[in-house]
This record gives sequence, C-alpha cells and structure tokens, in this order.
Amino acid sequence: MTDWSWLVPLPVVLPLSGAGLTLALYRRPRVQRVVSLVTLTLVAVVAAALLVLADAGPVVVEIGDWAAPVGINLVADRLSALMLTVSSVVILCVLIYSLAQGREDGERFAPISIFHPTYLVLSAGVANAFLSGDLFNIYVGFEILLAASYVLITLSGTTERIRAGTIYVVVAILSSILFLVAIAGVYAATGTVNLAQLALRLPEIDPGVRLVLQSMLLLAFGIKAAVFPLSAWLPDSYPTAPAPVTAVFAGLLTKVGVYAIIRTQTLLFPGGQLDDVLMWVALATMLVGILGAVAQDDVKRLLSFTLVSHIGYMVFGVALGSQHGWTAAIYYVAHHITVQTALFLVVGLVERFGGTTSLDRLGGLAKMAPVLAILFFVPAMNLGGIPPFSGFLGKVGLLEAGVELGTPLAYALVVGSVVTSLLTLYALIKAWNKAFWQTPPEPLPAHRVPLLMVVPTAALVVVSLALTVFAGPLYGYTERAAQTLSDRTYVQAVLPDGQRGEGESQRAADEDVEAGTAPQDGGEG
Amino acid sequence: MTDVVMSPNIVFVVTIAALFTVGTYLVLERSLTRILLGIVLLGNGTNLLILVAGGAAGAPPLIGVQSDRPMSDPLPQALILTAIVITLGLTAFLLAMAYRSWQLHRHDEVQDDVEDRRIVRLAAIDERAFEDDDTESGGETLDEEAATTRDEMDEGLAFEDVHAEPAPDHPGRAARPSTTTTDGEEGR
Repeated sequence: MTDWSWLVPLPVVLPLSGAGLTLALYRRPRVQRVVSLVTLTLVAVVAAALLVLADAGPVVVEIGDWAAPVGINLVADRLSALMLTVSSVVILCVLIYSLAQGREDGERFAPISIFHPTYLVLSAGVANAFLSGDLFNIYVGFEILLAASYVLITLSGTTERIRAGTIYVVVAILSSILFLVAIAGVYAATGTVNLAQLALRLPEIDPGVRLVLQSMLLLAFGIKAAVFPLSAWLPDSYPTAPAPVTAVFAGLLTKVGVYAIIRTQTLLFPGGQLDDVLMWVALATMLVGILGAVAQDDVKRLLSFTLVSHIGYMVFGVALGSQHGWTAAIYYVAHHITVQTALFLVVGLVERFGGTTSLDRLGGLAKMAPVLAILFFVPAMNLGGIPPFSGFLGKVGLLEAGVELGTPLAYALVVGSVVTSLLTLYALIKAWNKAFWQTPPEPLPAHRVPLLMVVPTAALVVVSLALTVFAGPLYGYTERAAQTLSDRTYVQAVLPDGQRGEGESQRAADEDVEAGTAPQDGGEG
Repeated sequence: MTDVVMSPNIVFVVTIAALFTVGTYLVLERSLTRILLGIVLLGNGTNLLILVAGGAAGAPPLIGVQSDRPMSDPLPQALILTAIVITLGLTAFLLAMAYRSWQLHRHDEVQDDVEDRRIVRLAAIDERAFEDDDTESGGETLDEEAATTRDEMDEGLAFEDVHAEPAPDHPGRAARPSTTTTDGEEGR
C-alpha cells in the first residue's frame, strides 16, 4: 500500500504558503485571487482524499520524523478528516462568494490585499486545530485562526466593527490564556502535551487534579464554542463583520471549539465525570439561545442566536457519553456547519438586495427575488429540523441516543431539544413571513445581486441537501468515527507500543540501547 | 527523575499570584488600554506558570554537554517562547485597535453589549408607566444606537478640555466625554 501520509500536513502548509504568496503579491489583486482559489481548491481535494484514507485507520505524520511524544505529530482520524472536509468545502464556497462581492464592491467590501492572506491563514489555523495530535499545537492552531479572525472582524476599522471587534478580541484572548494555563497544568501533572500519551497518562493521576484540568479545558473550549453562559460575546460581534466573514465564522470557529470539546471528552477524559454538568449546560444553551433568537428583529442577529442555540445540540450529543450520542453529535456538526454558513450567505444576499437586514423594513422578497426566497427557505427548514432534511436526521439521532440513556436528565434534554427545535422553526418562520411575505413598509431598493454570489450560496445549499440524500453513508461514517473515538484506535496509531511513535528519536533510542548508553526514559520531565 | 523533589520555587509562585491578581483587576476595567496591560500581565503570569510546570531548574539541556546535575526540561521553554511571540503579536494588534478607537471616538472604552441595553430599556418600559432615561426610545437601529452609547461618563471633564488638550499620545486616559465630532479626523 502506498504511503499517503504526506497528504496530512498539506491542509496546513498549502494555505500558509498561499498566504505568504498573496501577501507578497499585494499589488496584484488579480493574481492574489487566483492563488487563493487554487490553494483552497487543492486543500478541499486533499481533505476529501484524507476522508477516504482515514476510513482505513488514522493517518499519522510525525513532523520532522521526530517520534511521537518527543516531536509534534499530525493525526487525521475519521473525526478530523470529516471536519476538515466539510470545513474546506465551506471555506471554498465562501471564498468564491467573497471574490464576487469584492469584484462588485472593490475596496468598499474589504481591502483585498489584506483579505486574501488573512483568509488563507484562517483556513490554515482551522486545519491545524483539526489535525493536531498535540495539545499545545491545538493551542497554536487556535491562535492562528483567532489572530486571522481578529483582522477579519475589524476589516476597514469602521466605528461599528471596532466596537464589536474589541469585545470579540478581548474575550478570545482571555479564553486563550485560560487554555494556556490549562496546558501548563496538564504538563505539570503528566509531563507531556501529546494527546495520545495524555490519554495513557491522565488515568493514572489524582482524580481531583484530573477533574480540575478537565474543567479548565472545557471552560476554555466552551468560550470558543459559545456555550451558555460563555456565549454572550457571540451575537453582538458576529453580525457586524462583512457577510462572507460572518458566514465563515459562524460555520467554522465555534465548531473548532466543539471539535476540541469532543476530542478532550472522548480521548483524554473518557470517564464522563462532567457529563451531567455538560448536559445542564447544553440545555441552557439551547433554550437561552433560541429565546434570544425569537426576540430579534434583525435577521443577522437572529441567526447568530440560533447558532448559539444549536451549539447546545452538539454539546448534548457529546455529554451523552455513548457511541450513539457521539455519532449524532458529529453528524450534527457537519450538518450545522453547512446550513448555518448557507443561511448567513443568503442573508448577505438579502442585505444586498434590500439594503437592510432589519425585519421591520424588509418585505415582499418572495415576489421580488424568488431565487433568494428558495435559497433562504431550504436551509431555514433544514435548521428548524423539518423532515426529511439533515437537521431532522441529526436531531432524531440525538433524541434516540438520549432516550437510550434513559436518565431523567437525558429525558429533560430530549424535551428541551424538541422545544428548541420548534422555537427555531418559529423564529425562522417569523423571519420568513416578515422578510419574504409581508408587504414592505417602504419600497425596497432592489439592487442587482451578482450571479457569482448566488452560485456559491446555491452550491452550499445543494451540499446541505446532499447531506440529506447521502445521509446513509455519511451517518455510517460518523458512526465509525465515533467507534474510533471509543475504542481508542487513536492511541494505538500514534504510539504503537505505548511508548513512542516511529521516527528519528525512536531509532536514536534503539541505537542507544544497543550501545548500552541508554539515557533513562524519564518521560521528558 | 525520582529524587528530584517537585516543589516549585516560592518566588515564582508569589510572582505568578501577583501577576494574575493585578492582571484580572485590570482586565475588568473599561478602558481598552488598561485591559491590554492586564492581558500582558496575565500572559506573563501564564508563561511563568508553564516554566514552573517544567520542574526545577538544572543544567542546560544540550546534546554533548555532560553534567552530574539533572538537566532542565527544554519543552516548557519552547512552549513559553511560542506563547511570548503570540502575546507580542496580539498586544500590537490590541494597541492598534485602541488607537483606532481613540481616532474614531476620542476614547477607547469597551462598550456594553447594545442588546443588553435594549433589553433593559424594554423591561423598563414594561414595568413603569412613566418616562425616564431608561424608557426613552429613539426608534433607532442597534447600529445607530451603539455609536452614542457610553458607560463611563466622567463629568469632571468639560467638553472644552478635549479641544484645549487633544493629547493624542494619551489614548490610555479613558473616560473622556464623547464629543460630537463624529470622526476623529480633527486633531489627527
């Protein structure tokens, strides 16, 4: 079998190199566009290849050929590969959308010379966070994507963006500091930051210390994932950014946090000590988020609140602590990334067409722009969980897993998620009625919407429909991904003998043993 | 590894505690510049924490250097180096944001969530039949409202003070009354 592991670093390396190239070519926006487009297309192809490869077992790469606990490694298991594929498709669609918007608006949209390098760096950061097999490297991935997001959220430095951006940046930095403190604690307790080795060592340390470390990591990731009560920063900051930026943030950034929660809960702390707390948090996130959405009169803010609310579903799935729960949670993440991004892109088109996102001022769009109406209606119903869309399938999976667990708390969450689903439907139907059906209070400007912006939006809607059509194979894949998480193939793949991976330092250690000068392998401490 | 006692240096522990205390206090301030200082302190406290997490200091961990003493752990130092670089970059970015905020509004205050304010006001309308500051509604959108919202109003400073002393090099002094010169072009 050919060794395909060289593919694994590409989703990180390609965008980073592309970012450097676009930065160097800042005077030539046309070339910049081509570079970004080619890079992100390649990343999407590589991610799809990894999706197929990882199905046979986790693909591990040891950077610089340093063996696992000593060196940094990248691991593409089923979960990472699936996240990576979905996110790279979304990133690509949003890029095409923003290219079209940039062509229409020029510098009014964003300083193009800055947008492209930053966007590529963001993509590299997301890929790094998904692929990393090392806790500190996850932190670095987070920082890469967050630093890029700080620039994107404050593009052009207008009053409104600086106001909203300040809160976003400060909150994100604080969560990063918290994450770093947690890493220091983990290192002090176990002497390693390698995920696979942590999975072996954490069960051996004092349970109290382990609980503290787990809560600190969850707290840090919870801020990033916007879990109630750590979610207040999100609805205020996201809607102010340009439409494509909001879309990609809504789709990806919180999901990176959710991914990190899944990874730590399943790999590092599989005992499920905090599952009950997570359940309560999930319930609160769902209900508070959706009640916030119901109260909104601005579509962008409404969608931001549904985003928060639906993070609750994923946390619910993780907190169930069963293979079925994880399966449904992973499927739900994939579904939600595409649907939420598609909705934000459509709202960007609506804003362009009608000149506002306020529900009080919009109206009559179904007649004036039927294509937009369809593009909004399909993902909206999908998010609301109307059968047969993927949102319904994901929710059914979660409900089944919840009933299977059968505790009173699990039943409470089952009821809570049904209520949330209905309220989501209510909020979205309200938006639909006001923006698309009611007679507009004053005539809308009806600006032209460029076709090139509609096409990527439509493409994402089609992808979200494909998640429904191919739900069988996809659900099978997420089931196998959850299987990988629970049988801990990950540790096996990274550390075949439970000690070290295969690489330079392993060979050096072997030689030392043969020469009789073996340094005691005291575990890096 | 066995005979190295893992009790951290008390000086480090006290320093870390001090940095975190002061940092937390500063982060709770309204002015972005003070928050930035708080973040720098917190970041440095975290760096020291990682250093302590690496165990006691020892001989330099270099290949080819022989030493009787136990060697230092090089990994925390690498982690700290990375963290320092990241903090540096973010500090620069936050400074730029504080300056931009000063350019635009003549203050660098981190404002409340406008949504919260709106909810407070709606609740006030609901509860009371009379009009006061909280019940007035201009029918503005959130965006329009945000531009005028301020929390820290230092009544001690008169408006003409701002014009008499533009002081662009003191962006840290928050709590200036917001002047109605909307764009910060003046005085630039």
